Formats: sequence, structure tokens, C-alpha cells
Amino acid sequence: MKKFISLALCLALMVGCMAGCGSKGNNTSATSASPAASASATAIKIGGTGPLSGAAAIYGTAAKNGAKIAVDEINAMGESIQFDLKYEDDEHDAEKAVNAYNTLKDWGMQISLGSVTSKPCEATSALTYEDRIFALTPSASSTAVTEGKDNQFQMCFSDPNQGTASAQYISDQKLGTKIAVIYKNDDVYSKGIYDKFASKAKELGLNIVSATTFTDDSQTDFTVQLSEAQKAGADLLFLPMYYQPASLILSQAKSMNYAPKFFGVDGMDGILTMEGFDASLAEGVMLLTPFNADSTDEKTQSFVKKYKELYNETPNQFAADAYDCVYALYSACKIAGITSDMDASSICDKMVATFTDANFKFDGLTGTGVTWDKTGAVSKTPKGMVIKNGAYAGM
Amino acid sequence: MKKERLSSAPKKPMTKSARDTVTCYGIVIVAYIVISILLNGGHVNSSMKGLLIPICAYIVMALSLNLTVGILGELSLGHAGFMSVGAFSGVVAAMSLKGAIASTPLLLAVSMLIAAGCAAIAGFLVGIPVLRLNGDYLAIVTLAFGEIIKNLINCLYVGHDADGLHFAFLKTSDALGLADGGKVIINGPMGVSGIPKLSTFTAGFILILITLFIILNLVHSRQGRAIMAIRDNRIAAESVGINVTQYKLMAFVTSAALAGASGALYAMNFTTVVSSKFNFFTSIIVLVYVVLGGLGNMWGTIISATLLTLLPELLRKFGDYRMLIYALVLIIVMVVSNNANFKAFFTRLFSKEKSADVPSADADTKGGAANE
Repeated sequence: MKKFISLALCLALMVGCMAGCGSKGNNTSATSASPAASASATAIKIGGTGPLSGAAAIYGTAAKNGAKIAVDEINAMGESIQFDLKYEDDEHDAEKAVNAYNTLKDWGMQISLGSVTSKPCEATSALTYEDRIFALTPSASSTAVTEGKDNQFQMCFSDPNQGTASAQYISDQKLGTKIAVIYKNDDVYSKGIYDKFASKAKELGLNIVSATTFTDDSQTDFTVQLSEAQKAGADLLFLPMYYQPASLILSQAKSMNYAPKFFGVDGMDGILTMEGFDASLAEGVMLLTPFNADSTDEKTQSFVKKYKELYNETPNQFAADAYDCVYALYSACKIAGITSDMDASSICDKMVATFTDANFKFDGLTGTGVTWDKTGAVSKTPKGMVIKNGAYAGM
Repeated sequence: MKKERLSSAPKKPMTKSARDTVTCYGIVIVAYIVISILLNGGHVNSSMKGLLIPICAYIVMALSLNLTVGILGELSLGHAGFMSVGAFSGVVAAMSLKGAIASTPLLLAVSMLIAAGCAAIAGFLVGIPVLRLNGDYLAIVTLAFGEIIKNLINCLYVGHDADGLHFAFLKTSDALGLADGGKVIINGPMGVSGIPKLSTFTAGFILILITLFIILNLVHSRQGRAIMAIRDNRIAAESVGINVTQYKLMAFVTSAALAGASGALYAMNFTTVVSSKFNFFTSIIVLVYVVLGGLGNMWGTIISATLLTLLPELLRKFGDYRMLIYALVLIIVMVVSNNANFKAFFTRLFSKEKSADVPSADADTKGGAANE
């Protein structure tokens, strides 16, 4: 008897959940259809997923904040194109990203900002391709994101580009003769850059004397990797990774009295503003990054100022990429004449045509004269930076 | 529950297990029919549609873990490892057989079988050392094996070309030596990209039915009674001549194989899969489904797996507070469902109902309580 009652309750609950959501979905689609024409006649719905919670939350939050600033600026201009932005949490997990994407689809998303991190973006890009929603991801750098999909575009360099660019740069500038690499074995970003770096280095005749790895579980102690690099006599340490492990490597190398040159990639950006990190350790570190928060140009300064006011921290490259994404969408929408009453698939066709158009050039925080090719990859030049007196300086 | 069994067992033997079996199949079939009707009528929004297959995969995972934890009585903390073996072997099978088998359902079925087979082998290999341990030690070692499987797959490279499959370990994908037109399937820590989407809701439904069929039949068979005897008292079971290791291994391998099949279903719903997804946390989440559904209680597991997979998505409207609320709900449900006062309240509530029409039921319940 008791079991049947509890069973009936559970079933009722389940059906309630399903039906509740079903009807909710219907309601939102109904409301988005009718008032979209009247009230917010010009608000184009753009949505993105990113890790807003969990270990990778800083990236997702930064991208969300950067995009938010751009959307607010555009809406404040009061022109015909208005944006409505929504970010959903994907916890840096492909499964959750798909859930988040579907939630955005139910909300009525017309243009997608993809996902912030690579693996989740691979999963959502397959869906945006299927559903014909145009997507421009700020920072998902894996090539699998854009591969074989005509409506997927990237704002950041793809991983292979960074690896080859770094090797080229090191070779051109003759920065080191014996190179050691420490990379994160279970991270697409780090591994992707390393693979391309290694093959390009071979081609250019750079001498990699030590290549050691770490994983998510072992990113607190680097003495083994560092002493191996030291033993091999490496004078340049290439660190294709994000800035948190890099900061530990810098401080542990210092305590070992090992002082090679350090060379990082765009993930290293943010190290100077990291809480509890002694910025003097980063003195002399070189990195390739498209964005520099200390840059003196007006655009960057106003963005950094706004970001600091609103979120109380210095924006990193994720925020800048997302900011640029929204502006790129804005200028493309203007050119293509996109209005909010168009459906996602017709917007998608027009946007693809605009983005791949040879005349479409975009100037943003992370590059000027930025163009996109048919594969969806961006072409912009990475800037070599060196940290001097606690600030970036051009190399 | 125990009380009820004690009171009703002498009157109608076998009723409970038969009723449980009917309930299990009933829930699944009714849910499938209801959702299919809703789907056809277009009443399900895309976020619910997207959740259907993961829910099926998690239900199968939870059911298979319930076989180890609830029926065999051994705490396994590495179940996601078998799911991972199944996911990756299933994907490799599906991607390399894509040319040979044209029919999608057949391809899915074949890759699920291969996935289940590989997971069973992994379960067997892990089971040999692990099942010689008991209690906490077993839990710790399964946890370790779960992590070992995750890290092994992290270092594994598999490619496919005209000559067949190529394997490499701890190197890069270049070491595979693929011929022209070859394709890297598992790319080490980057996992698999571009998985064909073969999983369907119907396939998930059929997999749940098969899982239920296997588990319930195993439980009600001679072997199942031997397994439960080991759970209740290993020494007593051994003394009546039950081969403890053999039966433990039987339950463990079955459980691993089913987890493998669910892994294949899961992986082929998403374009991409990485081994770090199948970490300790996933094992624990599945264990939570089992514990919440009730150890050894299959229909409870189905419901708890469904609700707990849905819950984080239903809480999306709370934004930043989502995971906080999810955690609170979990804690409240755990505390409430194990609270003696709460249980007593319900028992009283129902026994009052019963005593209205059957006066002897109250006495029975008291007798049951005294027996405990």
C-alpha cells in the first residue's frame, strides 16, 4: 500500500516535471514570438555557454563579463541593433554544455557565442551546426570545433597556430638553444599547442631537450619536471598552459635557483593580476598574447577601466575575446542587415556570407584588421610580450 | 519496508519480489509511452529532449551499480571506470565498423555489445584482485582502479585506416603510423572527436529493459540467492559450500558489462568524449542515485537517477545559486529519507489507514518492530 502511494507520488512528480517543462518551453516560445515583434523589436538574442562554476569558472565568468560590457555598450548606443545576452553554466563538461545549449535554444537564441572552453564547444558546435545557428566562440581554440562546420567561427587563435607561431618566434628571435617543455597532458589546449610546437620545432631545427607532463591531479608540484629540465641544461622553458600552474612553476624554479628564460602562450595572460602571486617572479617572462590589458590604446583602456569598475579585477584575454566577439557580431549584423524578427537559420546564412566575405575586416581589442576564412579560423597576429617591471612590454 | 515484508511474508510468499518486478518494468514502459506521446505531440522542449538519452544511460549505470552495491553488498567507488571502458571501446567499434554496417540501429547494437564485452573483460581483470578484499579495503581499491582506468585511457591512442586498427601508448597520435585516409579515433587526453550520433531514446529504453531483465533474473535465480547469501554473511555462505569468489566475480562482471553498454549509449549521444569525464565524481554521483533509490531497490534507483539528473537542469532558473540548491536538496532528501521520526510518522500514517479496515495490521507492525 505504502509503496503504491509513494510510487504514485513519484510518477506524478516525474510527469509534473516533464509536463511542467514542456509547457514552460511552449510559453517562452509563444511569448518570444509575440512581444519580440512589439516591445523589444530590435533585441537579437545571443547566448553562450561557459564554465560559470567549478574549476574552470574564471574563464567562463571572464567571457561572460566581457560580453556583457559589449552588449551594454551596444544597447546604450540606441541604434537599430540591440542585443539580449544570456550565458548558461556548462561546468566545463560536454554533457552539461549540451544541456545548457538546449536551455538557450528554448529561450529563443538566434546567434550563439558557442562555448568558452574547447571540449564543451565541440559538443555544442555539432548542435549549432545541426540547428543552423551561427556561432562565434570567443576562446574554444581546438580545431575540432570548426572542422567540417561552415557556420562555426573562432575569435581566438586555434591551438595549432599558437604552437607553430611560438616555435617560429623562438627560432626567429634566437631565444634559446636548448628548450625544455612542460605541458599538461590531460588538457586539450596544452597538449594541442605542444604537439604542433614539437613538430614545428623539429622542422626549424630547434633542440627540445626535455618534455615533461603533468595532469590535473599533479599540478601542485613541479620539482621533478623542473629538475629534469635543469639537468638537461635547458636555457628556455616553454610553458603552454594557463597561468595558475605556470605561477607555481615560476616560484618553484626560483626556489631551486634555476633561471632559464620562460616562454608562455596566451593562457599565461592573467599571471600578473593573480591573487597571492609575487609579480616579481614573472619578471622577464615572455609570452605570445593577442591582448594586453596595459595597452595604451583608447579602446583597451576604456574596456579595462569599465571592467575594473564593474567586476573589480583586471580583464584577461577571455574577457577581451568575448568583448570582441559581440562587437564582431554587431558589425556583421549591421552589414548583413540582420533584424530580430528573422529566424536563426536565415540569420546564420547571412552571417556566414558576411564573415567569409573578403571585405569584412574587424578591429577589436585583440587585433586589428581581423579576418576569417572559410574554415572558421581567425587570422590575426600574436604579439610577443615580455614582462618588465611588473607590466607587459612589446618585444 | 522490512516491517511490511515481515508481516506480509507468511501470508503471501513471493508477492513482494513479483510486485517489485512488475513495478520496475511498469515504470519504464509507462514512462516510455508517456514520453513518446509527448514527443510526438511536440510538447517536450529541447532541453528535456536533450536529457532523455543521458537519463537512460544514468539509469542503466545506477541499476548496474545497484547490482554490486545492493545485491552483492560490496561498495564500489570506481564504477565510472567501466563506463569509460565501454564508452571508448564502443566508440572505436562504431567508428571503425561504420563502413561495414549500414544500418544505424544494428551498428549501435553491435558497438554496445563490443562495449559490454570490453567492460566485462576489464571488470574481470579488476575483479580478480579486488574481490578478495572486503568492506572499506574493497571500496578504496575500486576507487584506485577507477582512476587507473581513467589515466590509462588518457595515454591511449587508437587510429583506424584501411589496414585496420592501430594502437599506440604514451606517445603522440603520429606514432600510430596511419596510412593515407586513416583517422585518429582516440587521441589520448583529447579523447574522441566527431562521434556519430547513433544513440536514440528508443535504444536507451531497450537498454534499460535488457538491464532490468538481466539483473532481475539474476537476482531471482539460484546464483542470485547465492550472491545475496554472500552479502548477508560471507562466512555462513562459505560454510554451506558457496564459492564466494566465483559468485562475487559473476555479479561484478555483469555489473561492469552493463556499465560498459551504458557508457557506449552515453558517448554516442555526444559528439565528443574525454576520459576525465569518467572520474571519481561520476562514480560518486551514480552511487548517490543508488543510495537514494535504495540498496537493492531497482525501481527506486530508476526514479532517483531520473530525478537527480533532471534536478540540476530544472534549477537553472536560479542561476548562480543552482548548485547550492541542488546540494541542499540532496542533503535534505538523504536526511529525511533516513530519519527515524519521519519513517515512524509515515508508518503511523499508513498503519492507521490499515487499522481502519484491517485491525490486525497494527499488531503485525508492532510484532515486526519487535523482531528487528
